[in-house]
Amino acid sequence: MTELGRIARELRGKIVELSHKAQTPHLASALSCVDILVAAYWGGSLDLRPEKAEDPSRDRLVFSKGHAATALYSCLAARDFFPRALLDTFAKPGSRLAEQPSPGCVPGMEVATGSLGHGLPIGVGMALGARIQGISNRVCVVMSDGECEEGSSWEAAMFAAAQGLKAVTAIIDYNKWQATGRSPEIMALDPLAAKWSAFGWNAVEVDGHDIVALASALGHAAAADRPTAIVAHTVKGKGVSFMEDDNNWHYRSPTAEELARARKELGLV
Amino acid sequence: MRNAFAEELTRLASEEPRLVLLSGDIGNKLFDKFKAAHPSKFYNCGVAEQGMTGVAAGLALSGLKPITYTITPFVTTRCLEQIRVDICYHHLPVVIVGVGAGLSYASLGGTHHACEDIAFLRALPGMAVVCPADPVEVRLALRAALRWNGPVYLRMGKKGEPVVHAREPRFTIGKAIRVKAGRGVCLLAAGTVLPLALEVARKLAAKKMEAEVVSFHTVKPLDEVFLRRAFKEFKRVATIEEHSVIGGLGGAVAEWLADHPGSRAHLLRFGTADRFLHEAGEQEHARRRYGLTAEHIAARILKV
Repeated sequence: MTELGRIARELRGKIVELSHKAQTPHLASALSCVDILVAAYWGGSLDLRPEKAEDPSRDRLVFSKGHAATALYSCLAARDFFPRALLDTFAKPGSRLAEQPSPGCVPGMEVATGSLGHGLPIGVGMALGARIQGISNRVCVVMSDGECEEGSSWEAAMFAAAQGLKAVTAIIDYNKWQATGRSPEIMALDPLAAKWSAFGWNAVEVDGHDIVALASALGHAAAADRPTAIVAHTVKGKGVSFMEDDNNWHYRSPTAEELARARKELGLV
Repeated sequence: MRNAFAEELTRLASEEPRLVLLSGDIGNKLFDKFKAAHPSKFYNCGVAEQGMTGVAAGLALSGLKPITYTITPFVTTRCLEQIRVDICYHHLPVVIVGVGAGLSYASLGGTHHACEDIAFLRALPGMAVVCPADPVEVRLALRAALRWNGPVYLRMGKKGEPVVHAREPRFTIGKAIRVKAGRGVCLLAAGTVLPLALEVARKLAAKKMEAEVVSFHTVKPLDEVFLRRAFKEFKRVATIEEHSVIGGLGGAVAEWLADHPGSRAHLLRFGTADRFLHEAGEQEHARRRYGLTAEHIAARILKV
C-alpha cells in the first residue's frame, strides 16, 4: 500500500465514523472526493500547509461542495490545521464544525460553502485578487458534478477564461450522482470536459481515484496557459463496497455494524 | 449621481490602493477616466451578476475592497443569494452599488424598477443600506462606505438629480441629516426623493404647517437617536421613498416604532404600493401613479 493510499483509507475510515457518530448525511459525496483531496493536500503540487494558513501569498483550496465537509475537515485535521480532538466534536451542538462549514470555522477553511455554485466565482475572484496584488499563487476549487448545473459556475468559467486566470484549477468530482438521481441524466452534463474546453479552459479527464494521476494533473495545470478543469471520474461512496455507486448513501448514515464492516474493508482493523 | 460616483471613485482609487471596480457590463464611457487612471482596477464582469458578486467576495477574501456596480435590480435581486452567502455570511467589505434605484428607469419597464431592493438587502445580517439623496451625498456615502467595516449597499439614482446640499454636510452612515427645520411634521426622505420632500414642505408651509425635512439616507443601521427625538417631539412623522411601503424605510421605521410604544407621533408611510406598474412613462409619471407627488403627500399629512 502506498503512503498516499494509506492516508486516503484512514481519511475514509474517519469520514464514515463521523457520519455514524453524528448520524449525518452526504457520506457518499464525501467518500467520492477523498482521493482528490489527498492529491491536493499531500500530492506536492499545491502548497497547502497550516504554517501558511494566514499567509496572503498562500495557495488556496476552495471546497465548493460543502455538503461533503467531513472529507475536508478530516483532511485539515490530518494535516494539523486544527487539533484532531476538535474533529470529534463534528456536528455536536455548539461545535465549530457544523455539517457544512461556516466562515473561518477552522484554519484552512477558505470559504464557507454549502449552497452550490458559489465556490468557483469566489475562487476566480481570489485568483484575480492575487494577480492585482502581484502575488503568484494557485487557487484550486473542488466542485461537485451537480453544481456544474448552476449558472453561476459557468459565469465564473467564462470570466476566468476571458481574464486568462491560469492560476485557477477546478477539480470536478464527477461521481455521476446528485441528490435524487444520475447527474448526467437529470441535466445534459456530458460531454463535461468538452464543455469546459468550449468555455476556454484547459480540460483534462482523469481517474478520480488515482491519486498519482490526480497529483500529476494538478502539476501540469500549473504550467497551463489558461485555467484548468480536471474532470475527475469518481465513484460515489468509493472505498466501501456496499456504499459504492448506491445513491441511498447520499442521505443515509451508517449503523455501528456498518461502520465496523466499512473499517474492516478499509483495512483499518 | 452616477457622474458624481464615477468622479469620486476615480479620485478615491488614488488614495485607496485596494479599491477594485467590477461592472456588470454597464457604464459605457462613464468609467473611461477611471479605467485610464487605474487600468488594473476595473473589470467588466459581463452580464453575469452572480459571478460578479462571487468574484467580489473572492477579491475581498484576498484583501481588496471591491465595488460591484450595475442597474439596481440586477446588482441586488438577481444575485441575492451571492450577496447573502458570499458577502454577508463572510462579513466582507464589499460595496454594492445600484444605479437607477426605485423608479429612476421607469420608462424601461417593470424589470428595471427597483422597489423591493431595500427590503431584501436590509434583511441580511451585517448589511448597511445607504440611500444618498443627491450627488453631494453620493460622494460622501461612497467615501464612508469604503471606510465601513462590512458590506454596504449604496442605492443611487441615475443622472441629473438636483444638488440639495449647497455645502458638504457632515455625513456618517447611520446618522440622519436635517436639511430644514420645522415643528409641524417631520419628513424622513430616503434617497432621491429628498427634493420631493422639500416640495411637500413648501406645500405645507402654504397651509401654515412647518415641516422638518431630513435626509434619512441610512435605512440600516437606523438612526435610533434621531427617531427617538422625532417621535417624541412631533405629532406627525412621515417617511418618503421610491420603494415599496413593504420593507423599506417606512417598514423599518414601523418596526422600530412597534418596539418603542408610547411615542407621540403618528407615522405615515409614502412609497410605492404593493403592485407592479404595467405602463409606459418616465419617472415623474410613475411617481404620480404611485401617489408620490407633493400634492398627494401634503394633502394626506394635513388630514392627520
